[in-house]
Amino acid sequence: MIADKIIEAKDVSKWYGTFRVLTDINLTVGKGERIVICGPSGSGKSTLIRCFNRLEAHQEGEIIVNGIRLHNRMRNVAEVRKHVGMVFQQFNLFPHMTVLMNCMVGPMWIKGVPEAAARKTALRFLERVRIPEQANKYPVRLSGGQQQRVAIARSLCMEPAVMLFDEPTSSLDPEMVAEVLETMTSLARDGMTMVCVTHEMGFARAVADRVLFMDSGRIVEEGKPQDFFTNPRHERTKLFLSQILSH
Amino acid sequence: MLYPDTVESEVLVHKPWFVVSIFAVVLALCLISNLTGTAMGELMRPVIGDPLQSGFYGRFAIALFIAVSFCLNVVLIGFAPLKVQIAVVWLETLLLFIAFSTTFNLSLPFIWEKLPFLITQGLVTTIYISAISIFFASLIAIVAAVAKLSNNGFAYAIASFYTSFFRGMPLLMQVYLIYLGLPQLGFLIDAVPAGVLALSLCVGAYMTEIFRSGILSIDRGQWEASRSMGFGFSLTMRKIILPQALPIIIPPMGNMFIAMLKDSSLVSAIGVWELTFLARTLGQSTFNHMEMLITAAVIYWLMSICLELIQSRIERHFARSKAR
Ligand SMILES: Nc1ncnc2c1ncn2[C@@H]1O[C@H](COP(=O)(O)OP(=O)(O)OP(=O)(O)O)[C@@H](O)[C@H]1O
Ligand SMILES: [Mg+2]
Repeated sequence: MIADKIIEAKDVSKWYGTFRVLTDINLTVGKGERIVICGPSGSGKSTLIRCFNRLEAHQEGEIIVNGIRLHNRMRNVAEVRKHVGMVFQQFNLFPHMTVLMNCMVGPMWIKGVPEAAARKTALRFLERVRIPEQANKYPVRLSGGQQQRVAIARSLCMEPAVMLFDEPTSSLDPEMVAEVLETMTSLARDGMTMVCVTHEMGFARAVADRVLFMDSGRIVEEGKPQDFFTNPRHERTKLFLSQILSH
Repeated sequence: MLYPDTVESEVLVHKPWFVVSIFAVVLALCLISNLTGTAMGELMRPVIGDPLQSGFYGRFAIALFIAVSFCLNVVLIGFAPLKVQIAVVWLETLLLFIAFSTTFNLSLPFIWEKLPFLITQGLVTTIYISAISIFFASLIAIVAAVAKLSNNGFAYAIASFYTSFFRGMPLLMQVYLIYLGLPQLGFLIDAVPAGVLALSLCVGAYMTEIFRSGILSIDRGQWEASRSMGFGFSLTMRKIILPQALPIIIPPMGNMFIAMLKDSSLVSAIGVWELTFLARTLGQSTFNHMEMLITAAVIYWLMSICLELIQSRIERHFARSKAR
């Protein structure tokens, strides 16, 4: 049973100075599960998922990722990050490398995969996100949607156990949102474990196993999408949903 | 290039008020500085007679001639395409400089005679001292920049003390301190190594700041993306951050290199036979000071031009991944 838990957070709290960003977060993500986290701006969604690959440190509670406990003095944080893919709102591709190189460097430098094999893997995943023809371009030449799909491919090349998405579509034009969501949906269909921070409720409805609603650093509500959207229990959730679905 | 608008603006040098005002300025300047005694006066002899006897008439005629030809020149250049404009203005300015140096009545044979030695001994020494110093300065700078950015108190303290100390003192003092001070501590040091050491430390201190600001200018997201893939600090620095910081630090580095090439002249103070030292000593016995000084100046200039060309090549190389 333990082996099936990819991420386990127990009573996690985090402060920025005296400001409590996360309060007693409890969350378990099983293998193959798709979790969507939503909530108002500043509620701590990004902070939470950034704790899962230790881009942020938590101060209280326990986070176990892929069987490794995250803490201040850990020496094997790279071991964790190797298995946790992350996709950012701002793509954060490496602008001085071609798209192909962006996808190859992870496996080559971290896993010691030989160049030819890395190239093959990279091309396979670029095809998977349907932009193999852009492989030799530099990232600035690509549209936002294409860049984000490259970023997804870059993470996939590491063959991660879980993918974290931090508002992957928030900085994209509407038609590009669709292409990125499509990619993410197909990933989900293939059984990838995913934790997505997003406000794309259509996506949440279609692929999520569970939807979490956060407010002021707490998980206020958690449920299957159909329950979550049709009869939310908390006032705060209702308000949020009415705002976000009203237009 | 600045941002070019798609609407062509009026050519400034074709606006009457502009032409009239530069005409007035040039005329006034030439009137104030009496040019009758100079080569200009000789040139105008057919019109004004004996320049020294011509009085205000001669003075005015010369000023008018210069002002008219200057304005005509400016207006005509305004019609030429960009590249031609640049070439013509460069050429004219250069000619003016040459005309200026001929006023010293330089002895060309003397220059030809001394030039080979000036190059084989002076120029070569200058170049190798500069090259070695730049190499060490870069090494020092990168280490000090990382130390200054680290949260290790010890490293930060050492690095900031270093930059503060060596940026805060005249290079000449450092040259003396190292050359004369180190032997006091029991390290005998030759002039050339002492010069190289002083230059490396001083330039390294300035470069530290260039590197530091270059590293800081890289978006946080690059660190996050790199770390989130499991890359360690050193890998991130070497393969992700520095390659991106490089194009940003190239222009200030080019500046630094050019400045340092010329600052290397300060090691002449401790008797290293580099360009400036030779320029000062070779002309001394025969009182041909100006010949050697101007020759050395031109050699420094030519070397700087080489560095500028190299810099612009590198900049063009890096423009590749930025181009849309
Ligand atoms: N480095 C920091 N120092 C201090 N406070 C911070 C820092 N980073 C984030 N915060 C604060 O923590 C809170 C949670 O931030 P977080 O980025 O997790 O919110 P979010 O839910 O992702 O919001 P958004 O939808 O705008 O991305 C915010 O109030 C923010 O101001
Ligand atoms: Mg956020």
